[in-house]
Amino acid sequence: MTFARTPAGPPAFPAGTATASAEATTAATAGPPPTPTETPTKTPAGVKTELPSNAVGGVGQSPARPDGILKVTGDFAYSSDLWMDDMLWGVTLRSPHPYARIRSIDIAEALAVAGVFAVLTHEDVPGENRYGLELADQPVLAEEVVRYRGEAVALVAADHPEIARQAAKKIKVDYEVLAPVTDARVAVGHAPWEPAPDLVDAGRDGQVPQLHEHGNVVRYLKLRKGDADATADVVVTGDYVVGMQDQAFLGPESGLAVPDDVGGVDLYVATQWLHVDQRQVCAALGLGPDQVRLTLSGVGGAFGGREDISMQVHGCLLALHTGKPVKMVYNRAESFVGHVHRHPATMHYEYGANRDGRLVFARARIYLDGGAYASSTEAVVGNAGTMGLGPYVIPNASMDCWGVYTNNPPCGAMRGFGAVQAAFASEAQLDKLAAALGMDPVELRRRNGMHEGAENPTGQVIDSAAPVGELLERLAAMPMPPGRDDRLDLREMPGGVSNTTHGEGVRRGVGYAVAYKNVGYSEGFDDYSTARVRLEVSAGEPLATVHTAAVEVGQGLVTVEQQICRTELGVDRVVVRTADTQVGSAGSSSASRQTYVTGGAVRYACEQVREQVFVLLQQRLGRTIADLRLEGGKVVSECEGPLASLADVLGQRVIEETHEWRHRRTHPIDPETGQGFAHVQYAFSAHRAVVDVDVELGLVKVVELACVEDVGKAMNPQAVLGQIQGGSTQGLGLAVMEEIQIRDGQILNPSFTDYLIPTILDTPPMPIEVLEYPDPHAPYGLRGVGEPSAISSGPAVVAAIRAATGLELARIPVRPEHIVGV
Amino acid sequence: MRIEITVNGRTREADDVWEGESLLYVLRERLGLPGSKNACEQGECGSCSVYLDGVLVCACLVAAGQAQGREVVTVEGLGSAERLHPVQQAFVEAGAVQCGFCTPGLVVATHDLLARSPHPDDAEIRESLAGNLCRCTGYEKIIDAVHLAAGRLTAAAPSGAAEEGT
Repeated sequence: MTFARTPAGPPAFPAGTATASAEATTAATAGPPPTPTETPTKTPAGVKTELPSNAVGGVGQSPARPDGILKVTGDFAYSSDLWMDDMLWGVTLRSPHPYARIRSIDIAEALAVAGVFAVLTHEDVPGENRYGLELADQPVLAEEVVRYRGEAVALVAADHPEIARQAAKKIKVDYEVLAPVTDARVAVGHAPWEPAPDLVDAGRDGQVPQLHEHGNVVRYLKLRKGDADATADVVVTGDYVVGMQDQAFLGPESGLAVPDDVGGVDLYVATQWLHVDQRQVCAALGLGPDQVRLTLSGVGGAFGGREDISMQVHGCLLALHTGKPVKMVYNRAESFVGHVHRHPATMHYEYGANRDGRLVFARARIYLDGGAYASSTEAVVGNAGTMGLGPYVIPNASMDCWGVYTNNPPCGAMRGFGAVQAAFASEAQLDKLAAALGMDPVELRRRNGMHEGAENPTGQVIDSAAPVGELLERLAAMPMPPGRDDRLDLREMPGGVSNTTHGEGVRRGVGYAVAYKNVGYSEGFDDYSTARVRLEVSAGEPLATVHTAAVEVGQGLVTVEQQICRTELGVDRVVVRTADTQVGSAGSSSASRQTYVTGGAVRYACEQVREQVFVLLQQRLGRTIADLRLEGGKVVSECEGPLASLADVLGQRVIEETHEWRHRRTHPIDPETGQGFAHVQYAFSAHRAVVDVDVELGLVKVVELACVEDVGKAMNPQAVLGQIQGGSTQGLGLAVMEEIQIRDGQILNPSFTDYLIPTILDTPPMPIEVLEYPDPHAPYGLRGVGEPSAISSGPAVVAAIRAATGLELARIPVRPEHIVGV
Repeated sequence: MRIEITVNGRTREADDVWEGESLLYVLRERLGLPGSKNACEQGECGSCSVYLDGVLVCACLVAAGQAQGREVVTVEGLGSAERLHPVQQAFVEAGAVQCGFCTPGLVVATHDLLARSPHPDDAEIRESLAGNLCRCTGYEKIIDAVHLAAGRLTAAAPSGAAEEGT
């Protein structure tokens, strides 16, 4: 197993370098020798890998990322680093109330401040004053009503950010404050856990305020499979609550809008999907796509929090209104209200099994608080509802999942997307069931785990690897971290060098969890990407250029695009152009989909380019050759060997192909039964957490967090590990520390002082095993890797804390007071 | 007010600085040095870490006026694309860079750590870098990068003293 990082020491790295090109922020020439091809941990016999070459820096290797040097020298241009002569600074005035009617807005005093160039309200929105990812229900600037604390009400542009902030305080908004709805179940009129009719909407019935004209339910998902009245030998139930998590990307929402001379605008911005931003900006400005051009600037992390627009429309409004470039940069407090969060969840679960440990039924009810606007709640409900019973074979299944409006901050996409919340409940249920059966929790999971050919609760047959059993077996076989010895090192104690314990009251616990997650957009969504690949001779050498609108958020997509071009075209030098809207949509850098879908588009665009090279050569030679490939800068025949250099074949010609690529179609699920082919691919991961808990103070130290994940094909092993480690850490964060705390609709902890994310001290060594079972339906057999680890890690940590303390711990994150019982 | 600071060895002046501006704002918006990052602007994340008279500080917590007449070294002063500092090189190679927003601060903090302690073990690395938040990597590859840089710096300075800068 070459792939697992052991915590013992640093691995050896080759002396690879890469040189950054000045052409674009993500452009680079190919680096010299990257890491040699990694041997996969396991490739099943008889599976063709289909890789045409062992191109240096190609697929399956870990070449240096093309933006790496710019990032370590501080030269990489993030959206908050942009600067133009004569630019203005834009700020946003936000609602101080979670629910209020706006009687009037007076901007006169703000407009009179020296240095202020514009103060705008909803009256200045020239197009549709509504936007949204799936449902346009959110005003660009509040008009009659504000529905959450932090909703944008007015904008100011000034020549210094502080002047703009001070001027914004002089805007007078007269509010009629209303009583907010802050509980998801209240919003739909459901009493806790009483049997409820399929669809109640208290907003429509007038029992509680109706927050939107279509009621308070964004989506209700109903799933029924098998016998609704099935009974079992052993039944366990549980009520679980998961708090609101923040993406906490480090680069704040920001961008620079630059007006042109003819009524249009160029927007440089950090986002996850340029074209969906463009669509919403165009609608709000009343402009066409040729007048609103978006270019990606450096993205300081995303994790779902940049799927919805933040400053995009606002910056463009100010720029068009003032005729000057306008930069907007949120500070951290504003960032907490400037993007959506992970839906908090309230869940009721009931699982039944026979004495032999076979699951008979699973029933669940989930309430997801979507907050004031829909964002991606509809799709989050889809994921929680279809996958919320976990990666198990369950003959009789029932799920009711509501996504509702409240006056809490809006919730939408975050890594794991609905599967995360449900996994805390379903995995806790498995542990409860194991305890009730007197069975080992790993064995219970193994016995019921999905496998290839199994049918999931939506009736979809899993048609590629689903190695739940093997993940668990490998995890259980990994060596355990050493126990604590007599030597006192405070740094290894819960509480660390705060010197809260010398080992007294410290208990160790071990917990396991498994998760699965869909890859790509689901339920019939037309999920595609577009790639333009150009091949030419430059400075005597072949050069490939790849242009997509796919967003690099840090995951390493730009590296993978280069790798695919190298493998498919046999070239060393690949330039990745900056993503923009001058090429077709790539879809979102979300749902673990970008390497799959944009990777697929790049691969097929390369194939078309390659075909043209073959045609050129055959024309030159005047004969047909069937076994050509591109390798090492040459056109090579399988039988005859190298026939010509690529540079010679190309000459002065430039070959350029644009390809739009789609994955297999998915289908909507049945509204009554929830059955259907909803998801194109599933990815599986499992975690084992080892924790030490100071049961007297409630402090938790995660000692080790081990993971086994099937990635189909490790396109870039180093980046795959990075995704697993990063995802595992975010799951750990939700398990023990991360929660946006809300009272009466107000966020109480909008800062990194009070909203805690894991530091390097909170994060343990993470041994990882990567399996590579190719998915025959996916490019290169790959499986999305962005999310699974973020789903299974948290439940494993909580299971370990339960094992250490014997407590039920049904509320996530687990806080010290839950452990010590105060 | 006017401020004069020595930044990365050069004397720099900024005019019309508002009294409330931080050193971070002056570096980023007035001196054209956006390498120091603005993630939290309240000293929690370490992404704006710089040296002030040789001491590691968060530039967001230093009022611009406090830097008057003093010496500042930012990530831009540690190395360049043509001549990376071994710490920078190690971060690229080890895969310690994803979105990269924390990277400049971590590079400066690692530079400081290795100057004080040429061979830190994992526990010492964790204690020393605890003031730098990273949201992407889970820190594993950052620890790898520190070890890699430590090894190379030691190899380059057989007398045992870690090199200060390039």
